[in-house]
Amino acid sequence: MANPEAPGVDDVIAEPGIEPGASAETMLVTTDSFEEYEQEMSNSIDDRQMKESTTSTISELQEDIREAPPTPTAVSPTEPKPEPPDDLELEDNTQQLSLNSLEIDPLRNTTWLAQRKHIFILSQAGKPIYSRHSSEDKLVTLMGVMQALVSFVQAGNDMIRSVHAGDTNFVFVVKGPLILVTVSKTLESVPQLVLQLTYVYNQIVSVLTQSQLTRVYEQRRNFDLRRLLTGSERLIDHLLNFMDKEPAFFLGAIKCLPLLPSMRDAISQTIVQTCGKIKNLVFAILLANNQLVTLVRMKKYFIHPADLHLIQNLVASSESFKTVESWTPICLPKFDSNGFMHGHVSYLAEDCQACLLLLTVDKDVFYSLSDAKQKIVEKLRRTNCLEAINESMNKASITTAEIGLPEMRHVLYKCKSTAQFWSPGFQPPYTTDEEIERLLGLYQCLHHRLHAPNRPLKLIFQQLDKETMLAWVTSGFELYLTFEPLVTKPDAINSVSKLLKWIKKEEERLFILNSPTF
Amino acid sequence: MKTIEGKVVILGAQGVGKTMVICRYITKMFNRRISPTIGAAFYTCNINLERGKVKLQIWDTAGQERFRSMAPMYYRNANVALLVFDLTKHSSFNEIKSWVMELKRNVDKTMVLVLVGNKSDLVSQRTVDAEEASQYATSIGASYHETSAVCDDGGVESVFVAAAAGLYDLSEENHEHLNSLRINDSIRSILNSDDQPASPSSEDCLADRSIAHGIHEKPHMCC
Ligand SMILES: Nc1nc2c(ncn2[C@@H]2O[C@H](COP(=O)(O)OP(=O)(O)OP(=O)(O)O)[C@@H](O)[C@H]2O)c(=O)[nH]1
Ligand SMILES: [Mg+2]
Repeated sequence: MANPEAPGVDDVIAEPGIEPGASAETMLVTTDSFEEYEQEMSNSIDDRQMKESTTSTISELQEDIREAPPTPTAVSPTEPKPEPPDDLELEDNTQQLSLNSLEIDPLRNTTWLAQRKHIFILSQAGKPIYSRHSSEDKLVTLMGVMQALVSFVQAGNDMIRSVHAGDTNFVFVVKGPLILVTVSKTLESVPQLVLQLTYVYNQIVSVLTQSQLTRVYEQRRNFDLRRLLTGSERLIDHLLNFMDKEPAFFLGAIKCLPLLPSMRDAISQTIVQTCGKIKNLVFAILLANNQLVTLVRMKKYFIHPADLHLIQNLVASSESFKTVESWTPICLPKFDSNGFMHGHVSYLAEDCQACLLLLTVDKDVFYSLSDAKQKIVEKLRRTNCLEAINESMNKASITTAEIGLPEMRHVLYKCKSTAQFWSPGFQPPYTTDEEIERLLGLYQCLHHRLHAPNRPLKLIFQQLDKETMLAWVTSGFELYLTFEPLVTKPDAINSVSKLLKWIKKEEERLFILNSPTF
Repeated sequence: MKTIEGKVVILGAQGVGKTMVICRYITKMFNRRISPTIGAAFYTCNINLERGKVKLQIWDTAGQERFRSMAPMYYRNANVALLVFDLTKHSSFNEIKSWVMELKRNVDKTMVLVLVGNKSDLVSQRTVDAEEASQYATSIGASYHETSAVCDDGGVESVFVAAAAGLYDLSEENHEHLNSLRINDSIRSILNSDDQPASPSSEDCLADRSIAHGIHEKPHMCC
């Protein structure tokens, strides 16, 4: 090594206590990166249906806390459901492509064909449910082919997973009564695409519940699910764009809003004290700029990052939450895929755009939660917490240049024990959407290689045309780094070690290191 | 002067403009950036009539099919139902009829009904005429109003005044049998002003068996 002073990676590891953000306490379920994929792969066709959870966390919870006799639930309407209006206003998610040719046949439209990532959802009977880049009912034939492919392979007691043709990957996920397919020209790996399809499936479960989904198809194999999903395509569209831009999904981690620990504790304590007496409250979640400010949970219960991502997606795509208190049924697929939780959703104040979600299993407590929210806001205002949240929301994220690491352009740091990650602000050249997506693509490649099921790696150093990448996984963290293209290995390692020291110094602000409970 | 407090539920098909109308009323502004309601949204407002004060707790429900089964939770305890349809979509007007049948079947007590035809600004696309709608309103004992959340000419206000007035009449007509409609004289209402109303579904019905929906107020027609 040219520079005798430069520490090797192992020297950096050897430094005691350098696992910034590590904590024995966590409110998030920590996950393996390819959990979903492995689960998919290990499921045989037969137990696939069975495995969809048979236990219900929500009914467990309701049993646990039911001292008072349950109040009768909502009267179910005896009236047959009204027919949906003839002209369902399906939200048109086509970008302004040459719409005319799309109207006739998307398969002849070059813009449509050139899309980087298509997503299709269909029922096992082959009925179109969703298409990302065009209206799905123009794709009856195409979806028919997909269904035929899936069932043809199924007939041989096997599962079609993926097909590779040139630079295009076709990936299939068959889940419950649905078939999800992606046709992707991105560099994402098959496991990463499977993960994304699983997220899409979970998004559907989140609006319908697994049991309702199963039931409607049991009653009618030919059911048109779009009837139940009208209005929710918006959530799927948003989720797909979100996954293209956010490393949180493939990292399986959550980003926190940087806050002084004293402020964060004050906020958590305010929530605990105000809501402590409200029975059946399972999670209180405060999000600002879609980053986690705090999460208070009922003892015994944890939240899975994948569920939290769906909540973030819901909040980010629902403008209507901003102006009013909402009472919203939400199914969290990892928590309990068969039941709805009820969420009191509201923004803290007009002058503090952080979104508070109070999730309960009791649908009768809206007014107590509404009161509690009011009290929380008053107290947070008095103790200057609203101001602190605003200040952090309005501040641009610190960049690696500002940290004093000139050769480092960007980084993703995931702390494994808490399932939280941190990343600095983007700086040139990563200032356009295309560049950011390209960078994310590079991180995804590294991520895939670190976690490749057959040959996982610990360290990758890769000199590319436009940048040099370094990825490193230890038992405590995962680190993905972007450097100037001509950086030397010792310099890179040197700055990694500086970075880790900086994160360690700042860890109380960047991460949530405790896990408050009601 | 008497203060009464009542619950209002807004029902109607997806996209007819339920949220727009209530937002227009509360904020007096047109907000373009509204997305479909998820679940239901809760508003409160006070209306001063010449006769007295009315405090409304309003549930704006979601029209999406997947939320259909949750509607009873909101209308079961309501004293007023605002039935909103889109004047440019006849199907949304037809849906009102099934809502009314559902209410008759599942709600025992007297309920004030207010029929609202929204999007009156889209004159050329109109498919429901005033005659047809107002005849139907009379047949179910409802008042009929046309509104535009985009360029409001007083129609929006008239809907809420009608709701408040209807509640007021209701409180005078059947004093003993009121369910979840609270009547306070002014002093008590100040003292009790922040005690807690019940949740959407936790209140049990003090059933008044009459199905005589409706109010006998002359509709506040707008210009
Ligand atoms: N031209 C016109 N458009 C309107 C009017 N009111 C609402 N809209 C439009 O209709 C669409 C739906 O309005 P919303 O208020 O969200 O409808 P909603 O009934 O609350 O829909 P859900 O919450 O899904 O049940 C919006 O895009 C509005 O811009 C109106 O008076 N005139
Ligand atoms: Mg609405």
